[in-house]
Amino acid sequence: MSTQDIRERIDAFPTHRIGPYRVRAGRPLPYGATPVPGGVNFSVYSDGATSMSLVLFERGATQPSAELEFPPEFRIGSVYAMTVFGLDAENLEYGFRADGPFDPARGDRFDGVKVLSDPYARLISGREVWGREPDWDNVYHYRSQVLNDDFDWGGDRPLRIPAEDLVIYETHVRGFTRHPSSKVSAPGTYAGMREKIPYLRELGVNCLELLPVFEFDELDNPRTDPVTGERLYNYWGYNTVSFFAPKAGYAATGPFGMQADEFKSLVKELHKAGIEVVLDVVFNHTAEGNEQGPTISFRGLDNATYYMLTPRGEYYNFSGTGNTVNCNHPVVRDFVLSCLRHWVAEYHIDGFRFDLAAILDRAPDGTPLPNPPLLEQLAHDPILRHTKLIAEAWDAAGLYQVGNFPNYGRWSEWNGKYRDTVRRFVKGEPGLVGELATRMAGSPDLYQGRTSSASVNFITAHDGFTLADLVSYNDKHNEANGENNNDGASDNNSWNCGEEGPSALAHVRELRMRQMKNLLTILLTSQGIPMILAGDEVGRTQLGNNNTYCQDNELSWFDWGRVETNAELLDFSRKLIAFRHAHPVLRTSDHPTGTDRVGSGYPDVSWHGVGAWAPDWADHGRVLAMMRCGRHAKGGTVADDHVYVAVNAHWEAHDLELPALPDGQRWHLFADTGTAVHPVGGEPELKHPGRFHLGAHSAVVLVGRAAHPTTA
Amino acid sequence: MTVKVSSQERTGATVVALEGEINSTTSGGLQSQLLPFIGQGSVVLIDLTGISYISSAGLRTLLIVHRHAQQLDAEITLVGLSDEVSFVMSATGFLDFFRVAEDLDAELERAGR
Repeated sequence: MSTQDIRERIDAFPTHRIGPYRVRAGRPLPYGATPVPGGVNFSVYSDGATSMSLVLFERGATQPSAELEFPPEFRIGSVYAMTVFGLDAENLEYGFRADGPFDPARGDRFDGVKVLSDPYARLISGREVWGREPDWDNVYHYRSQVLNDDFDWGGDRPLRIPAEDLVIYETHVRGFTRHPSSKVSAPGTYAGMREKIPYLRELGVNCLELLPVFEFDELDNPRTDPVTGERLYNYWGYNTVSFFAPKAGYAATGPFGMQADEFKSLVKELHKAGIEVVLDVVFNHTAEGNEQGPTISFRGLDNATYYMLTPRGEYYNFSGTGNTVNCNHPVVRDFVLSCLRHWVAEYHIDGFRFDLAAILDRAPDGTPLPNPPLLEQLAHDPILRHTKLIAEAWDAAGLYQVGNFPNYGRWSEWNGKYRDTVRRFVKGEPGLVGELATRMAGSPDLYQGRTSSASVNFITAHDGFTLADLVSYNDKHNEANGENNNDGASDNNSWNCGEEGPSALAHVRELRMRQMKNLLTILLTSQGIPMILAGDEVGRTQLGNNNTYCQDNELSWFDWGRVETNAELLDFSRKLIAFRHAHPVLRTSDHPTGTDRVGSGYPDVSWHGVGAWAPDWADHGRVLAMMRCGRHAKGGTVADDHVYVAVNAHWEAHDLELPALPDGQRWHLFADTGTAVHPVGGEPELKHPGRFHLGAHSAVVLVGRAAHPTTA
Repeated sequence: MTVKVSSQERTGATVVALEGEINSTTSGGLQSQLLPFIGQGSVVLIDLTGISYISSAGLRTLLIVHRHAQQLDAEITLVGLSDEVSFVMSATGFLDFFRVAEDLDAELERAGR
């Protein structure tokens, strides 16, 4: 028997007529525009509006084709809902017009002149081609559209990679393939990124973290390059216009309105390649900015609900961008939760990194909450249950929560202290041996009682120097951003290795190469989740610019020519990532205790210096070695080798005494950042079993296992 | 507006040639015209040489026809994709669901064998 004909439903028939449109009272949930039998259901919330209209456009038309005011009986609570029949959803653009008081002192900023974007719009048109100048006189810029959420996922299912096994690769959809050297069919798009999946596989990363892909306006930056006069962009995209819509300008098929399918197709193919997708999401502020900013959506629908306001109705600014989203208001919590559920259910997204997440635990008046309901809700939500939740655990108003972000046993954090410690140690600063050990052990000082995957370890990220620039510049060089070099962080803990910027000197270049390898070695052998900034594996440079948020050009783009010209670093990175995957002892989720819990005769972690079992914690110490006992891998549940990692941040070489291995085992050389790196499984045995000569500014990784019988 | 549909029975296969634009206006009608060609175990070549544009709704229609065909163990092959159609289908993942052939005659020969 076939399914009952859906048109037999009573609610598939209109009850009212507004002009030529046949309508009926709609369903308040879900919010936004949802295709229903015979029509489209529109639902929008506004507490303070005195009237609400649905504004319809033919696709691309400058003026509305119709404006349908919601009849009073179509309102339930503060939600206006209407089903409109007979619409051609594909050629439809819509928005809302809310009228009400303009009384900023009381928080109201209604503007009956504006057509407002639907906060729940699944698709946005108006910016389909990246960087194309729009008609600024257009009455409605960010046009809501109806989406059929009917993508055919085939057998796709979440990979559910254990958090501690992740190697995250942070990148930007456009920047990854926009450079002409990418040789993809559609540079700078989701489709282009899909063509680079083989590269990612070969690199060995298993989690792609994408800078914002929610619709934003790259053209809302008023600045120009002070030298060339060229337009500067909002390239990174931390200025969300629409939270449920994928950025159309990142889709080769955006002009066809098919950005959702294109993005989903990318996610599906990444999953097939064993790579999870984490989205960088920005719930702390919106593109509407402060009182000078444009009225796009929230401000005109319910300003006082969506934004944190002072008692006088001014915008609080904990985000550094003019406004702050009122995340712990019940309506906004619901919005954030629905949004994330949408990305998980409809786009199969595996996790989220929350920009300036400390704001998410502020009360509507800005005070930090001890038990922020939004964070708790996200941690326990059934649809988000297995997604990764990563907090950038600070905000722009001084709330710094690295180590004490409310986590509910679920949240991880970008470990800013890890970044700073590793940078300072490798640079050669004294007094850091002890802290480096703590960081490499998964920062138990910060995350005691949590698994070590609470710590997302990173040395570089989009925000700051690239790895190559970290070892090539003492100071930031942000002049091209048009802010007199005042933007971007000044405390970079960087060292140029003897010359500022590009160097022709062989010894400077060699030192820089070693320093990059040293940093990567520490990152990939530390406990916690490593995150790599895209391009660092080939020494991508931004010529000293540590804040390229506005640079849509070669400063930001991944130059694929480097895959050949910097093959040495790429090879090193690939092998190092493979080494991490091959050694579960590095990916144990419990913090090591320094004791022997499995009767192996060795503690799970032990610390060494120039002498075995003799770490030098003194201020002048610049050598640290860590040995992980393989018998403790994953709590003693899987077998692994011993791994020994030594870092020498000193300007002189040292002869290290190696800890003795159990009978029959020998130390094998995986990598020496000054000399060679070997394929996993093909590490040669050390000629001198008990010692290792480690050069200045170098790191070594040894693996201890039974000597291969055929080894000479 | 409709899509012009013409069919030919050939050895081992039915060739259905389409002409026009497949968009939200035409796709509903197209679907009801295509489905009768899909029978148990049938082999259908959909010739898109005469199609200048396929919108999102059009691609969805083709996928629905494909899903119907799967239910009936029928085989659908698309031929004559323009570069643009092919690119859009590839970028959005639709292409992954279909058998695609470059050349109608070669494909007929294969079906007839």
